[in-house]
Amino acid sequence: MNRYPVWKYAILVIVLLVGVLYTLPNFFGEAPAVQVSSAKATVKVDAAVQQRVEEALKAAGVTPDFVALEGNSVRARFAASDTQLKAKDAIQKALVPDASDPSYIVALNLVSRSPVWLKSLHANPMYLGLDLRGGVHFMLQVDMQAALTKKAESYAGDIRTALRDKSIRHGGISREGQNIDIKVRDEATMTAARNLIADQFTDLQATSTPEGTEFKLRVAIKPEATRKVQEQALKQNMVTLHNRINELGVAEPVIQQQGLDRIVVQLPGVQDTAKAKDILGRTATLEVRLVDEGTEARAAETGRGPVPFGSERYLERNGQPVIVKKQVILTGENLTDAQPGFDGQTQEPTVNLSLDAKGSKIFRMITAENIGKRMAIVLFEKGKGEVVTAPVIRTEIGGGRVQISGRMTTAEANDTALLLRAGSLAAPMEIIEEYTIGPSLGADNIKRGIDSVVWGLAAIAVFMCIYYMLFGVFSSIALGVNVLLLVAILSMLQATLTLPGIAAMALAIGVAIDSNVLINERIREELRSGVSPQAAIHTGYERAWATILDSNVTTLIAGLALLAFGSGPVRGFAVVHCIGILTSMFSAVFFSRGLVNLWYGRQKKLKSVSIGTVWKPDTDTAVAKTN
Amino acid sequence: MEFFRIKKDIPFMKHALIFNAISFITFALAVFFLLTRGLHLSVEFTGGTVMEVAYSQPAELAKVRETVSGLGYPDVQVQNFGTARDVMIRLPVQKGVTSAQQSEQVLGALKAADPEVTLRRTEFVGPQVGEELVHGGLMALAMVVVGIVIYLALRFEWKFGVAAIIANLHDVVIILGFFAFFQWEFSLSVLAAVLAVLGYSVNESVVIFDRIREAFRKYRKMTTHEVIDHAITSTMSRTIITHGSTEAMVLSMFFFGGPSLHYFALALTIGILFGIYSSVFVAAAIAMWLGVKREDLVKPVRKDGDPNDPHAGATV
Repeated sequence: MNRYPVWKYAILVIVLLVGVLYTLPNFFGEAPAVQVSSAKATVKVDAAVQQRVEEALKAAGVTPDFVALEGNSVRARFAASDTQLKAKDAIQKALVPDASDPSYIVALNLVSRSPVWLKSLHANPMYLGLDLRGGVHFMLQVDMQAALTKKAESYAGDIRTALRDKSIRHGGISREGQNIDIKVRDEATMTAARNLIADQFTDLQATSTPEGTEFKLRVAIKPEATRKVQEQALKQNMVTLHNRINELGVAEPVIQQQGLDRIVVQLPGVQDTAKAKDILGRTATLEVRLVDEGTEARAAETGRGPVPFGSERYLERNGQPVIVKKQVILTGENLTDAQPGFDGQTQEPTVNLSLDAKGSKIFRMITAENIGKRMAIVLFEKGKGEVVTAPVIRTEIGGGRVQISGRMTTAEANDTALLLRAGSLAAPMEIIEEYTIGPSLGADNIKRGIDSVVWGLAAIAVFMCIYYMLFGVFSSIALGVNVLLLVAILSMLQATLTLPGIAAMALAIGVAIDSNVLINERIREELRSGVSPQAAIHTGYERAWATILDSNVTTLIAGLALLAFGSGPVRGFAVVHCIGILTSMFSAVFFSRGLVNLWYGRQKKLKSVSIGTVWKPDTDTAVAKTN
Repeated sequence: MEFFRIKKDIPFMKHALIFNAISFITFALAVFFLLTRGLHLSVEFTGGTVMEVAYSQPAELAKVRETVSGLGYPDVQVQNFGTARDVMIRLPVQKGVTSAQQSEQVLGALKAADPEVTLRRTEFVGPQVGEELVHGGLMALAMVVVGIVIYLALRFEWKFGVAAIIANLHDVVIILGFFAFFQWEFSLSVLAAVLAVLGYSVNESVVIFDRIREAFRKYRKMTTHEVIDHAITSTMSRTIITHGSTEAMVLSMFFFGGPSLHYFALALTIGILFGIYSSVFVAAAIAMWLGVKREDLVKPVRKDGDPNDPHAGATV
């Protein structure tokens, strides 16, 4: 009765093997490495970059352990820190010739020392949270109201143009908060305006109210469109943050959305909060100017003459110089959106810009005067300008909707739109939570966490072995397996391990032993009432199982509640807590039974089991007395 | 080894009234301290800035306090954190000054006074986050309570669900009472500990209820009283050993885990101790007052194939 079929043992062995395999990387420690990632949205890190890194290292006479392309970065691992520094210099020199305008970020990093074959199995060490490795954490709140106001402003401009196109006369369009008010004289105009909005602006909703003898049409952004605006604003802010953080040269920045209107930024290893904050809060500016197409400028473009007075020389992204007039037509403030798209007739990829009311007015004027000439959109970051695109003006552009087309691939259109958008934040942000953890504190926290787990585990194991003898040994092994599986699953999921997570691990061990105590006590009880050892083991496990299930489910309910409503440290605790409960059910019941079965199951005439003293009261019926 | 050589069922329920009175008094005291003293909430809930700095020599708190309040912060708390060399400084939220300016200003002033000082950690939390945390905490508590009552009602009987949750909420209030009385810092990790305790000690009650159900089936002649006494007595050994083991783990965190885990472990310790008390003496007693009967648990209908009942058909 106490035998497992072969397949059950097979499951146990497989689970154990997988557990060991995925726990292994945690023991190798970390080695110094150099990481190369893209500094610009338009620069991709690919196999070619990897090759360049390899060549640079070879030229410098530095031999890395390996150079690998992982996701969006190339990493080279080294045996010692001095080779790491030497390699960094070599790679920096090869990949970033102009330090003021880097295309790549070359950063020092630590990577796992685990062998390549483990890596190829995606077996990586647990991902440590900031409180364990040190770094900076920010939580930023995006001002969605401002984003909506900005959007309403741009719609107001669009509506004005649309009404003019259809020759619908209105008595003024104004933005009131996040609504747009249109005044109209009579009912017929009102209906016409309303139909137009319903036709052309699917994201808007118009309601009319009579106002004296006139009518007022109040236009609001539909709730679902509002959501879309907010999503886009958040995404754009994240992209912008990404671009800015790239400059910090952080190896593994984390930029995550949290909730509907928050962004979490984590910069492991960064200690200088002030600089980080400065960079996060900076605004890049976008300027629209005209290209100087005089003969002197042409000469300057090809390098045959000086840049004419009143103009400046900038580089286009492909490295071609463009001479641009100093006079600024528009700035990024007037640009409300930039999206990639396709031309309706030619099916060419395009970039579509939307300008606000003021912007469209100026733009129409300028384009009317400069048909056939080029204009340049210049992005300034860190005081350095770069021409994003310099298209030719074909016609007068009114209405604030600008289409840039020609000689672009879809990918280029995407990149250009991204760059134009990334120039500014869609909505202002505010830091609402911030913490910095020094590297020494992180190392202390790891040590303390591990110490508590190890000592607690040892104390419990010693007690179990003394009190329950061989069954105590089984329970202790099961407990060890529980920790192994917990670490393996955390490594597999790459869930972030924090100090509260380690605390949860310790607590999980304390709770997991409950199942084994329940089982062992049940077996003793059965033995006490005179059942044969084999039957006692069987019923002991069977009966304890129902109780174990109940008690684990209630604990799991608490864990899930924490997971659902907790944030920050509580979440880190809850994840480990929940996984710990699940692994404990496996190890304490299924695995320990396997051990017991293996040891005792084959002995047909089992006289006694080693489970400590089975004390019997003088009369067997004393405990279960019957009246 | 066998610690528990109990010959007869201990008549716990005879003294149920006394136990309930003790619980009630502790509970009332806890509520009293919570109301009069209130919780010493951490910066996570209240908003503000916390800085942890380390000195190479044991720090003079009075001097640090003087330096910081010299910067014009009216309500500054300066205390040792972990060792004599580590100092924790708490600053309230100030309008018009960003967190970065605050922490840099303070660190600058401290450095001027003693160049050896190093920043270990800063933490800034805006006031709106705190409100959400309180809301989230209460929601989590509500979800735990409702979830557990529903689960126990399905698995056993509503009376058990209610009894278990009353007994364990009383633990939670008592833990909070301790934190209020001693003015220990109530942080997010303590909140996690409190909710974990709730789940953990409910599981204690579940073990006893399980036994009560079994005893109702097995010993048909016993009265409710005796059944509960029997259930508690027979699970006693397991209760003490399990809690002892968990407590060993928690103590290990208390001693080795450093200051960050200090209050977490403390909350768990109180929770575990009162958890034993309340599930043994309070939960069952409440179930008794609520009038648990054999018929509630041993239903003839249940015998034929309730998939949720592992003991279906086990009645003799």
